Order: sequence, then structure tokens, then C-alpha cells
Amino acid sequence: MSHTPLSPTGALSVITFRNYTTYKRHWKLFVTGFLEPVFYLLSIGIGVGALIDSFTFNGQQIPYAAFVAPGMLAASAFNGALMDSTFNVFFKLKYEKLYDQMLATPLTTADIARGEIVWGQLRGGVYSAAFLLVMLAMGLVHSWWAVLALPATLLIGFAFSAVCMGLTTYMTSFQDFDKITLAQLPMFLFSATFFPVDAFGDGVLRWVVEATPLYRGVVLCRELTTGAVTSASLVSVGYLVVMGLFGLWLVRRRLDRLLLT
Amino acid sequence: MTDATAHDPGTAHALATGSMITARDLRKSFGTFEAVKGIDVDVRRGEVFGFLGPNGAGKSSTMRMIAAVSPVTSGELRILGMDPATDGPSIRARLGVCPQEDTLDNELNVVDNLFIYGRYFGIDRATCRERAAELLEFANLTDKAKAKVEDLSGGMKRRLTIARSLINRPELLLLDEPTTGLDPQARHVLWDQLFRLKQAGVTLVVTTHYMDEAEQLCDRLVVMDKGLIAAEGSPRELIAAHSTREVAELRFGVGEHEAIADKVADLGERVEVLPDRLLVYTDDGEHVLAQVHERGLTPVATLVRRSSLEDVFLRLTGRSLVD
Repeated sequence: MSHTPLSPTGALSVITFRNYTTYKRHWKLFVTGFLEPVFYLLSIGIGVGALIDSFTFNGQQIPYAAFVAPGMLAASAFNGALMDSTFNVFFKLKYEKLYDQMLATPLTTADIARGEIVWGQLRGGVYSAAFLLVMLAMGLVHSWWAVLALPATLLIGFAFSAVCMGLTTYMTSFQDFDKITLAQLPMFLFSATFFPVDAFGDGVLRWVVEATPLYRGVVLCRELTTGAVTSASLVSVGYLVVMGLFGLWLVRRRLDRLLLT
Repeated sequence: MTDATAHDPGTAHALATGSMITARDLRKSFGTFEAVKGIDVDVRRGEVFGFLGPNGAGKSSTMRMIAAVSPVTSGELRILGMDPATDGPSIRARLGVCPQEDTLDNELNVVDNLFIYGRYFGIDRATCRERAAELLEFANLTDKAKAKVEDLSGGMKRRLTIARSLINRPELLLLDEPTTGLDPQARHVLWDQLFRLKQAGVTLVVTTHYMDEAEQLCDRLVVMDKGLIAAEGSPRELIAAHSTREVAELRFGVGEHEAIADKVADLGERVEVLPDRLLVYTDDGEHVLAQVHERGLTPVATLVRRSSLEDVFLRLTGRSLVD
């Protein structure tokens, strides 16, 4: 009996199912990733926010927490995507030889790239969806545009999952992940997550921050949840789409080079 | 089985020629290192074909090319009549691969290793479940279905790896050193299972450096050395062509073998000096022993045996250790 190899979407759903099956055993690990941005929202957004009398964003007065929340929304997609696309991918690639196993079947490196990137994206997406519900419950959503915030977080997850998985293929040991942590924390703190980008003045520093991917994600989420959407929002969308597609291309190419020798 | 695939031009070709694998001047290089230096291979439908050779002979590189996961550097390679460069997924859909190391999915339990692996082939859920249950039975692992992979013994892992490679009912099964690291009982169980697959019409391609395994399993084999094929034939043909009928083994004191070799050189067709004994290749071993004693030599121990594939292997690939 012969079987027709899976279509790209079929392969995607099978790889997703495999990852989902492995996570059923580790659901507690999954939950911790959701709590982190919630804790930041409570301590910085609400706690520190209580010290701030008036906060102006986009010409209107909003509670400081409503400014921080979309930043944490973007960060939850960012963190979730990073969890799977870095350590877990490294482990599967170097130690578990999972991709070698998959390549003994009709699956291709393109299938693996898409499957793993989408898994990272979904993990971020689940965190973001839960966080968005928290925001709604706390009255921190101020616009109907917010219905697009979830797709926006999926886009953020895609961009980071793809590029970080691509970078992970260059890692040779777990020590190399210090570099990721080294980039992750400052990005989280300085991407206009807790204070507006104006604080950087008008110099090179501000230009640098505006060019970083998490900043694009944060402002996009903020524009959507506060209703400050303009045509400039499309710049962020375009940026993240290009970043994700570049990552996808890179991962595919790297897997070919590493596994099909 | 053939009805479903007869429309495929590759299969039609393979059926017509009876050839599962055809290689012509097949080469594989890694940078400046040439691992496979131009080999010709034909594997026929239904046979057990062996690649023998010391470490570094190019067996695994050849197997990876056949598994359609390693691009051919030059030469021609057809698997089931198809070109791995363009039809990789279609070839792999009909191939079973049992790699040298057990690369099982440690994050899944035993039965999910079979079930999800089957899903990678695009086999529907119901069929995957059915086959997973059958294969657990085949591998004697039914009571371990829900166990973690890391809790299995080495033999169990090997059996699971082989069972997994059968989930797509492959026409061609590639086994890279299937019994390395197994105890004798587990090896016999495995050989028995491989025989059953052969009876069922599956073509098997095996690499091994165990000569008894090759003699037991292979209908035909090639001996590879330094990236080339040194000899080809059935185990019996190879023994006839490259060795004598019998071998007299003579064991003397430590360090004496080199010196004594000269004194017995004329007694056989060929004398080999091993660190711990002398091998005299002859058609009449007992006669050689009698002559050795006549010459006043007193070996500590003697043995007369039939030539084996091991003698052929050692002769063709040399005695120096390869790391």
C-alpha cells in the first residue's frame, strides 16, 4: 500500500499534533509562561501606575496601566514564541534528533520549518489570548480595534518564532543561549513597554529602539487596544511580516544544510 | 500492494527490472574528503542485501544517500526507480529506515512513537492505531504501550525502532547496524523478525560489521573498504573466492607468533599473523596440524575450522584497526 505524502497543511497539522501531545504531559510548564506578563501588569502597570497622576498618550488621558497592558500583550507573544523556538528547538535538533526522524518520512525540511515556527507562534498566541481576556476583565481595552490585537500577537509570534529558530540553528551549546537572554531582557524593558519612546529624545537611540522588532509589536498592540490606529500602523505590520518570512527562509535553508548532508 | 502503485512510473520501472536500488559510479564527498568513491550496486526485489566494511568504509554514507536524505555528489542513483534528488518524499513514503542509533521520540510514549510516526506518512488515524497495535505485538512490546521510551531496555528500544520503521508497510527496509549493542538473545529475536519480513516479501538492505550476522541474513553482499567495493557475491561465493576451505588456528606464547610464522609458511596457501594466534589457510586443517607437530612445534592451543566470512573480510579489508 502506498500513501501520498502529506500536503503542506497536512504536515503542519501533524507536527502540531505531535507537539501538542508532548505538552499534555507538561501543562504546568505551559502555565508559568502566561503568568509572567500578568505579574508585570499588576506590579508595574497597577502598582507603579498608582503613583502616576495623569498620563497622556496620543493626546488623551489614559490610565498608566492601559499604556503598559498592550506592551505586556506583545511581550507575552514574544516570550511564548521564544520559549519553543530557542531551547526546545535546540534540544530537538541536537539531542533528540527529532528532525532526523521526521526526515526519514515523507516530511521535508520546509514542513519541519513551518511546523515548528507555527508551534512557537501558537504558544505565544495562547498566552496573548489569555492576557487579552485579563485586559478586558480589568477594563484596559479602549477600542473595538482590539479584536485585531490577537491576530497582531500571532504576527509577533510568527516573526520572533521564525527568526529565533533560525538563530538557534547556529548555536553549538546551551551556553550560547546567554546571548538570547542578553537580547531578550533589554528588548522587553526598553521597547516602549513601560514608558513612551519620546523618553529617548530625538537622537540615534530612539531611532535604534524604533527599528527593533519588539518595539514594532508593542506599538502595534497599543495602537489597536487604545484605538490610535493610523496608516503608520501598517509599517509595523509590514516589518513583522518581512521578519517572519525571512526567518522561515533562513530556517529552511539551515535545516537543509545541517540535516541533509 | 502492486495494484495501488502500478500507475507510478517509478514502480513500473522497478517492477520491470526487478531492481529496488541501482547505483552507478555513485560518489559522496564531504568537502575534500571522499567517503564513497564510485560504487555500482544493484539490489533486487525480495532479497537481503548487505553492506559490510570496517568503520569509515562508506557504508553509512551510502545508506544515507539511499534513504534520500543525503544528496548524491556524482554518479547515478535510483531507488524504486526514482531519483532521490527530485522524488525524495515519494521515495521515503515507501521506505523504512532503521538508523544506527535509536532515534526515538523520547517526549512521546511507546505507542505514540508508532502512531505519530505513522501520521508523518499521511496514514489516517484509524489505520495508524491499528498498525501501531500490530507492531507492538510484533515487537513484543504490547504491555509497554504506555511506557516512556527512556524506561525501555536497549533491546526493547531497538525493537521499537524497527517496528516504527514498518509503520508504512515499506517495500524496502534499510537497517544500519541493526544489532550493534544487543545481547545474543536479543540479536536472535531480531534476526527472526527480519527473516519474517523477508518471507513477507520486504527487500532488506543491512549494514553490519558482524560477520556471523551477514552470513545468517544476507543473500548477497558487498564488502566495502575505503569508499570502494572490494568484493561482491553471496557469503558462500565470497568464501570460495577469497579463502580456503579450512583454517588451522595455532596459538603460541605471547610474542612468538611472528617468528614461528616463517616456520609454517609453506604448510598452507597463506599464513596470517594475528596478535594472539596464527591462521594457516588450507584445504586440510588436520594435515597442517600433524605437520606442525612433526616439525617439533608445540602450540599451546589449536583449532581447525571452516573458513568464514570473517576470514574473507579480514583478507579484503586488512587487519589494521580503523577508528
